[in-house]
Amino acid sequence: MATSIQNISLSGKKKQVSHKEMTFWERLYLVAIIKGLLITIKHFFRRKATIHYPEQVREFSPVYRGKHTLKRDEQGRENCTACGLCALTCPAEAITMKAAERKPGEEHLYREEKYAEIYEINMLRCIFCGLCEEACPKDAIYMTISKELVPAQYDREDFIYGKDKLVMPLEVAMANTKNLN
Amino acid sequence: MKVTIDGHEIEVEAGTTILQAARMIGGDVVPPAMCYYSKLKGSGGKCRCCLVEVTKGSDANPTPMPKLVASCVTGCMDGMEVKSKSSDRVTEARKAVTEFLLINHPLDCPVCDQAGECDLQNLSFEHGHANTRFIEEKRTFEPENIGDKIQLHMNRCILCQRCVQVAEQLTDYRVHGVLNRGDHAQISTMVSAAIENEFSGNMIDVCPVGALTDKTFRFKSRVWFNKPFNAHRECTTPGCCGKVTVWMFGNEIQRVTARKDEYHEVEDFICNTCRYDKKEVSDWTIEGPRKFEKDSVINVNNYSRKLEKVIINTERGILMGRDEDRKKISMAAIDYNKKIDGTEVKQ
Repeated sequence: MATSIQNISLSGKKKQVSHKEMTFWERLYLVAIIKGLLITIKHFFRRKATIHYPEQVREFSPVYRGKHTLKRDEQGRENCTACGLCALTCPAEAITMKAAERKPGEEHLYREEKYAEIYEINMLRCIFCGLCEEACPKDAIYMTISKELVPAQYDREDFIYGKDKLVMPLEVAMANTKNLN
Repeated sequence: MKVTIDGHEIEVEAGTTILQAARMIGGDVVPPAMCYYSKLKGSGGKCRCCLVEVTKGSDANPTPMPKLVASCVTGCMDGMEVKSKSSDRVTEARKAVTEFLLINHPLDCPVCDQAGECDLQNLSFEHGHANTRFIEEKRTFEPENIGDKIQLHMNRCILCQRCVQVAEQLTDYRVHGVLNRGDHAQISTMVSAAIENEFSGNMIDVCPVGALTDKTFRFKSRVWFNKPFNAHRECTTPGCCGKVTVWMFGNEIQRVTARKDEYHEVEDFICNTCRYDKKEVSDWTIEGPRKFEKDSVINVNNYSRKLEKVIINTERGILMGRDEDRKKISMAAIDYNKKIDGTEVKQ
């Protein structure tokens, strides 16, 4: 055959379609239907590939990156001092914060004289790269200790996580302290 | 007089110090300076950051100086040869000086408002060690209130005494100075007086570390989240130039500082009215964005600078391909009834 663009297979996957007439059994389609059903039925007895998240949770890899946690120290004080390095390093610009000065009498709440009054992560922007965790000089932000992923929501506003969702609950911090001793 | 610094030759006037000569050359040979301030008389000679090696004293007396000398207070001699960056002794000495300066300096950059424009941070980044060998307790002072405009953090002070010279040379009378001696030396006001002079705010700008910071900007924002703009206004205060940098966040002026040059020295001193009281955009005539060194943290996430279009100078054919080849990429242009050579396909 002469070389023309119709005959060249650039991808190497070109197949000639045959218009062969089907035999009697093939025309009945019964064999094909039963074959297909067998494949379907076989999968009823196989192990399921999916789980009922969030009721069931898969085991996390030790290096997973999930929802951020703002850690508390052994005395239950917030580690974060609103230095802004996480927001600076964030390639998606997902983090915003506002600092405030610690007042006398709040020493049990915040570790340093400055703390984050507002700390927000926009989970729609976050790409879970973990650079914030790497940049943090105060050992405050972690993506590996919440053992949680960021769940789906219906409203965009719900993805902006404030301190109420990010700061490690006091009970967890207390439990951690007990484990240390 | 002819001076050679790191191989760069320069002609200077008599009375020029080595540091000034190095700054005339510019670039890598400029020694770092924490206490020297070209706009303040009598500054320098305290921090020892600017140590250089003089390998040839002068044409008249070519013997090298045995010890490293502080370049900010050593005058140039005719035919002097100086090694700054090229000398291993200098590098080693600067490393040691940085370590000494950091002995009592608290590691609170995440809290400090100066972080990002701090000379000591830059110095330790360039010359310092990542680790500390100091295990003793750091020297600390009781927090002290020196007025409602300036925040004093004595713990961070490196005793460069620039602020004392500002008060001495810019204001009518000074109410603060260095008290005590040795390890106990501290900047303070006598009998807790407040610093209220009209030009006192300049000591915030001259402070190389975060010892003196703007109280009206305290913890408001980190410097790199603000966008700096050059601005000016007609200032009626005698001696104030009215030319400043305003640090904006959105449409809000977070703080006002004097304009600082490449050595982080203010170009002109400004008065406290400009610095503290004019925080409305309407008070200022904005000239345009202020430029900083390329590697400054202040430039991060700043997209206001125009980028130059990259032009690759190579043959057009290599980049774009032949015209007739490019046309064929568009499938619509291909006639399937014709072969590549143009002859009709036989059905």
